[in-house]
Amino acid sequence: MSMAVGFGLLGLLAVLSGAAVFWVNSMARATYALALSFVAVGLQVLFLQQNYVGVVTILMMVMEMAIMAVYMVMFMGMNPALMPMSMVHSNKAALGIAVATFLALAAGVLLIDWPTRRGTPAPDVTAALGDALMGSKMLVMVVTSPVMVATIVAGISLAQHRTRYDRFGDDLTQRPSHDTQPGGGGR
Amino acid sequence: MTLELTLILAAAIFAVGLYGAISQQVVVMVMMGLELMINALILAAAGFWWFLAPNPTGQVLLMVILAVMTLEMAMGFAVATLLHRVRNSDMTDMATDLSG
Repeated sequence: MSMAVGFGLLGLLAVLSGAAVFWVNSMARATYALALSFVAVGLQVLFLQQNYVGVVTILMMVMEMAIMAVYMVMFMGMNPALMPMSMVHSNKAALGIAVATFLALAAGVLLIDWPTRRGTPAPDVTAALGDALMGSKMLVMVVTSPVMVATIVAGISLAQHRTRYDRFGDDLTQRPSHDTQPGGGGR
Repeated sequence: MTLELTLILAAAIFAVGLYGAISQQVVVMVMMGLELMINALILAAAGFWWFLAPNPTGQVLLMVILAVMTLEMAMGFAVATLLHRVRNSDMTDMATDLSG
């Protein structure tokens, strides 16, 4: 019973702190509200016996939100990260779509006749996950790894100040090159 | 703790994230909306795993969802950096070149 109450309260906390992300006055507060939502969901995942995934979720998202907070303070003009602001568009339409989506999903959840549980969890679910990743499910990690490498390359390409595409054009055929100084300064 | 309660909570988090992803003008806030939606996916997948089929396949699916979240964050920050550098702005309304 206490498990169920704790699980429900964490869920409520996750929803409310998620809503607070778009309700509080500053982006810094929004970031920490999102971190709180992720921690609550991570704890819920722990309640569901997913020890490894729950801990990874909490650690990863706390770090990500710390990076995001620094990022916003770093990039946003006039430092609105720490000041009241409201920057929304199509607010009523977005609200309507979100409410309709929730009602549709909730109706599906309540109306579907869910099957009963098949099988029982392994005695050590973390070890079972490791065995699966290194065995029968290795293809998943084999596919995910190059996607992550591609993300690193794409991220660096996008975030770089000047690249060969700035100098030689999108098809690399522009001659002479577009340099800030003749001879290629500012590469 | 039931599957229905878990999924309804996940649906509520997903709807909140969807609202943010649609309504926010700042790129980073849009990313926050997307991350809330993925947060809901994590909870729903964990619920499906525990209440329906607690075998390692569901856990692997959760790992993939976590990987997708990191990719979304990395690419989102890179795009926001590019947008800030090129347009001196972090608003989605300033990057509508492909709209229409």
